[in-house]
Amino acid sequence: MSTLEIDRVRKSYGSLEVLKEVSISIDTGDFLVLLGPSGCGKSTLLNMIAGLETISGGEIRIAGRVVNDLSPKDRDIAMVFQSYALYPTMTVSQNIQFGMKIRGVPKAERAKAVQAAADMLQITHLLERKPSQLSGGQRQRVAMGRAIVRQPRLFLFDEPLSNLDAKLRVDMRTEIKRLHARLGTTIVYVTHDQIEAMTLATRVAVMKGGVVQQLDEPQTVYDRPANVYVARFVGSPSMNVIPGTLRVEGDKVMAVIEVQNRPPATISGIGLSRDAAARYAGRPVLVGIRPELFSVANGQPGTITVDIDVVEPTGPDTLAVFQLGGVEVTARLPPKQVEAGTATMLAVDTSKLVLFDPATENLIK
Amino acid sequence: MAEAISTLPSPSPAPGSGRVTKTDETPRYNRAWIGRLFIYATLIAMAAAYLMPLWVMVTTSLKPLEEIYGGSFIGFPQNFTLDAWRVAWSQACIGTECTGLKPYFVNSLLIVIPAVVLSTGIGAINGYILTKWRFPGANLVFGLLLFGCFLPYQAILIPMARTLSLIGLAGSIPGLILVHVSYGICFTTLFFRNYFVTLPDDLTKAALVDGAGFFRIFWSIILPTSIPIIVVSCIWQFTQIWNDFLFGVSFTSGAHSPITVALNNIVNVTTGRKQYNIDMAAAMIAGIPTLLVYIVAGRYFVRGLTAGAVKG
Ligand SMILES: Nc1ncnc2c1ncn2[C@@H]1O[C@H](COP(=O)(O)OP(=O)(O)O)[C@@H](O)[C@H]1O
Ligand SMILES: [Mg+2]
Repeated sequence: MSTLEIDRVRKSYGSLEVLKEVSISIDTGDFLVLLGPSGCGKSTLLNMIAGLETISGGEIRIAGRVVNDLSPKDRDIAMVFQSYALYPTMTVSQNIQFGMKIRGVPKAERAKAVQAAADMLQITHLLERKPSQLSGGQRQRVAMGRAIVRQPRLFLFDEPLSNLDAKLRVDMRTEIKRLHARLGTTIVYVTHDQIEAMTLATRVAVMKGGVVQQLDEPQTVYDRPANVYVARFVGSPSMNVIPGTLRVEGDKVMAVIEVQNRPPATISGIGLSRDAAARYAGRPVLVGIRPELFSVANGQPGTITVDIDVVEPTGPDTLAVFQLGGVEVTARLPPKQVEAGTATMLAVDTSKLVLFDPATENLIK
Repeated sequence: MAEAISTLPSPSPAPGSGRVTKTDETPRYNRAWIGRLFIYATLIAMAAAYLMPLWVMVTTSLKPLEEIYGGSFIGFPQNFTLDAWRVAWSQACIGTECTGLKPYFVNSLLIVIPAVVLSTGIGAINGYILTKWRFPGANLVFGLLLFGCFLPYQAILIPMARTLSLIGLAGSIPGLILVHVSYGICFTTLFFRNYFVTLPDDLTKAALVDGAGFFRIFWSIILPTSIPIIVVSCIWQFTQIWNDFLFGVSFTSGAHSPITVALNNIVNVTTGRKQYNIDMAAAMIAGIPTLLVYIVAGRYFVRGLTAGAVKG
């Protein structure tokens, strides 16, 4: 059953169109991440789901019920904000039970719910403190506690980790994932951090300029990005997108790429539908190669030779930068296998290589 | 070097700790002392100059009239008496009534308390709406309100008199309250708006999701965070209204006058010898409430004025 359906939803501020016909549908228990750069309309969409922004066009349904004109409190949702938005003059305990108090939940029941949420989030010892006496991570937990006691059908998170330092961010990410596993509640989560999207989501909607570019499982978004924009946005270092030409010889599909001061490189063994191969044969394409698809060749056929420009060891592996097809390309290689300023033979794993149309920048399927 | 360090009040750093040698700091230390002495002397002189009138007022009000006319104005009272205070409070003649300042003091309280509460309350709601429930044209409304802060008192005298007589409040205490409330709203709205602008909007959003409505959010979340600015608004309004003379003399008369108008009558309308001791006592009675407010809440005033700036 689908818990949340966003059906051709639009949003304009005056003449400024912030969201253009966004359609997303997710199932109960899904973890949807809205991923995109700052200003692409993620928060606006989340606020519209919450009922904090009006909907200019289209419909939003929660559990089959149209909520366009319902106030936030009637939508069966709870929300966690980037700034935590804890009520500054209330204690942690009062913060968590504020919503229940308004709904007239009896005191004993409220106390029990607060206790249960506090236990789950390990904030029992903080219940009588004021928000100003808490660290960032603790505030984050309290904000989640306030959402949990609501027992909503839908959790909404707006960049909940972006005010935390790097280490804490990773810890809290795990915490949120654990919470989702434990409660099984459907979540919509906004972030500009592609790693958060990859690690948390069951479904990712990559957005740009108020348009959803791709809605898929995270692995699919990573392996088969719908267009060059998604390809570059997801993954770090980002996917190499290299201009080349497609050559088809019988059943064999290969890409020919210019290499500076050397004969052109040929990457053969590309998997492509017969139909697409026929359409693009002899024509320019963009070759998408993730950095980890490169490896140091040991004599196998179909290798390319490049001059390594810069080497950046990261610990577990080394990033090698070189020129290919007129653009800068990064390869992720095991440590200590290449040196800067030397010619190196590299192999490419073509099973996960993707091709884009240079005109539309869309994935060639 | 050891001697040089020992003259410093702070413990000397461990040898070899890399600190620059302190020897050359001794003269600087002495020079700082001289500078400080100079600063204090200046400050004390300035404070004395400013406090001189108060001193004269206090001593004069505690002297019998003969002593004032017979001796120096500045000296300490020889025949200490509280008579002048008693007369000023309950016997001095204002117009034809010889009731002292007491009833007018009460008038001023009856004006100032509702006027401060109302103007602060309305300013708070205005600021809340202008920041957290923005509507099209909110900025224009705020701009117009701000314009009200710059309106000179004189400009509103005649329209206000006309309005008061139209609604039947001319010459009454409720009428004067209305005048002070409407004139004060510009300032109180400005205070609260600028304070609430620093409160994150997410706070209101979170409360909406929690199910709170317009007044619930105001009462339970916004107001409790606003104590400093409430204090600022109250002090500001209290001083303005208590010290007001022009509105009081224009819109009330006789038994409904505030204390400033009564004080003016006492001081200006005398038969025979000028009773300086009573005048001084009366002036101090009229001034004590604002003084008290500053002494009790002045600390919060400064804190409240800077609170927004620090937070933002
Ligand atoms: N109240 C508003 N009035 C006008 N434009 C707005 C308003 N709120 C957001 N926008 C614009 O809408 C776009 C999307 O904003 P937002 O949803 O906050 O982006 P994101 O959360 O993805 O960073 C931005 O260009 C922003 O300037
Ligand atoms: Mg945002």
